[in-house]
Amino acid sequence: MNKELVFKRVAFLSATLILIVLVSIFIMLFFDAKSAINKYGVYFLVDSRWNKTIEIKSTESKTNPSKLIAKTSKTNDDVSMNNDNLFADDSSVLGDSESLDNSAGDKAVDESVDTNTNVKTDTIFGGYIPIVGTILSTLIAMTFSIPIAMGIAVFLSEIAPDFLIKPVGIAIELLAAIPSIIYGMWGLFYFAPIVQNTFGGSQMSLLIAGLVLGIMILPFMAAITRDAMNTTPDVIKESAYALGATKFEVVKDVIFPYAKVGIIGSVVLSLGRALGETMAVAFLIGSVFKVPGSLTNPTISIPVVLANNFGEASGDMMSSLFYLAFILFVFSFITIGAAKFYFLRGRR
Amino acid sequence: MAKELIMDIKDFSFKYAGAPKPSLMNINMPVYKNKITAMIGPSGCGKSTLLRSINRIHDLYPNNEYTGEINLLNVKSDEFENILDIKKENDFIRLRQRVGMIFQKPTPFPMSIYDNVAYGLRLDGIKDKNILDEKVETALRDAAIWDECKDRLKESAMGMSGGQQQRLCIARAVALKPEVILFDEPTSALDPISTKAIEELISELKKDISIVIVTHNMQQASRLSNYTAFMYMGELVEYNKTEKIFLNPKEKLTEDYITGRFG
Repeated sequence: MNKELVFKRVAFLSATLILIVLVSIFIMLFFDAKSAINKYGVYFLVDSRWNKTIEIKSTESKTNPSKLIAKTSKTNDDVSMNNDNLFADDSSVLGDSESLDNSAGDKAVDESVDTNTNVKTDTIFGGYIPIVGTILSTLIAMTFSIPIAMGIAVFLSEIAPDFLIKPVGIAIELLAAIPSIIYGMWGLFYFAPIVQNTFGGSQMSLLIAGLVLGIMILPFMAAITRDAMNTTPDVIKESAYALGATKFEVVKDVIFPYAKVGIIGSVVLSLGRALGETMAVAFLIGSVFKVPGSLTNPTISIPVVLANNFGEASGDMMSSLFYLAFILFVFSFITIGAAKFYFLRGRR
Repeated sequence: MAKELIMDIKDFSFKYAGAPKPSLMNINMPVYKNKITAMIGPSGCGKSTLLRSINRIHDLYPNNEYTGEINLLNVKSDEFENILDIKKENDFIRLRQRVGMIFQKPTPFPMSIYDNVAYGLRLDGIKDKNILDEKVETALRDAAIWDECKDRLKESAMGMSGGQQQRLCIARAVALKPEVILFDEPTSALDPISTKAIEELISELKKDISIVIVTHNMQQASRLSNYTAFMYMGELVEYNKTEKIFLNPKEKLTEDYITGRFG
């Protein structure tokens, strides 16, 4: 009786622990991000300036985002802060040499307006570029990996001859176990040149990061999808064959609907992994604060911003980083929640 | 009335991939048209294996070995064709449309009731909505389930009771107008009321379709069937009219089994 009670309590505690951790992460992110949220508001989401110094009149109250916006005539400057990030050597190559000119230009414009006034400076942070970078790299990764993962899973569960199932299955599980930094290194030295030669663009780009991200989540997705497909009872498949279905029709009409929940689950888990992936993307995306004009341009993603800048951040920047982390958290939460809700509704 | 053959199994042996010895040895058995043939025998005697050979479901798995002949009457040309000669995917599909199969557990597909029945028809290339509607209704009526599901055709088949699902599977098979339907212990997962409904349905179906049924239930075999085959250890011990098997078996083994002395 006593043991029974302990057992129940332990199980209950383990389950509540997850909830506690989830809520505490949310609260921590929110409070650390609070000053940035107050200062920049929702405009942070669409503001493409990061670590940009602007000047304001001393007479004005200094933290009024709308005024700040009105004052900066030039938007969308690529101010690459922290050239001492992981790719200090590359960042000059990747074309942010204008940053100096831009800040000089801004000064000139501002001075022409506010001649002879006492000027104060403020630094603006906006999350638009990393948010876009995160979404786009994840989208590229998903579009690339979903069809291939489904192909692998169908092959392994339905088509492959017995002697191939085991070796290929093990290879896929091993691939899923490779640490992401290794994918990053491989991507940088071997994969990136291939992509660059094929599609053009810079040696680091959104496309390369997206594709390597796709390759990374591929084995993961394929393995879970295969397991889900293998749960389809043989007798259901047989009864479809017994009605004259071909292999393709059985896969399409019976196995996919039957394994739907597991397949969606694998996609959602991979999506979560792709959204938060840091190391491989940091190697490949270029780490440049610039809205990518095309897929072959370099840009930056939220986890990479966090990893590169957390060490020496303070004040507004620190708070802005927490704001970005908060956005990533909420975004992952909503995406995964919506995917689950949308695909699994109506299921008993 | 002259007894007409629909199938004729001759010297049929079957060995599973990797098995040391054959699971079926030298089976000789006729299947008569528009009759119900029951196969009885203890677990592992090979009756399901034989049933599954008749529409070559075994071929979904590699390296199984067949010898002998299973001849199926081609209704159009009135000639027998050995189904063990089939090699091409298209011919397999045609065979399985002619020889339907119902499994032990109901196997509805994860789709609506209507789509379940229409599935085989669509595979057969019927696209016209009116023809589909008509055939689905006929099949559901034939399977005596139309009244229960006519208002919920668009609902998922997974929400039906076990007995309804099994009748839906029968409707699905009947919709293709097969010549033979194979039943592999169709009522063993069902309650007595559903079992009764299925049995009545099977008796109705034999007007148009020849039926082979594997069952563990001796009463079911004696109630339903016209002919009974008793199998034991991969061999056909005795085959005869059902009354003779149950009232006056020739073999001692058969008598022991049907009187419950072993099995």
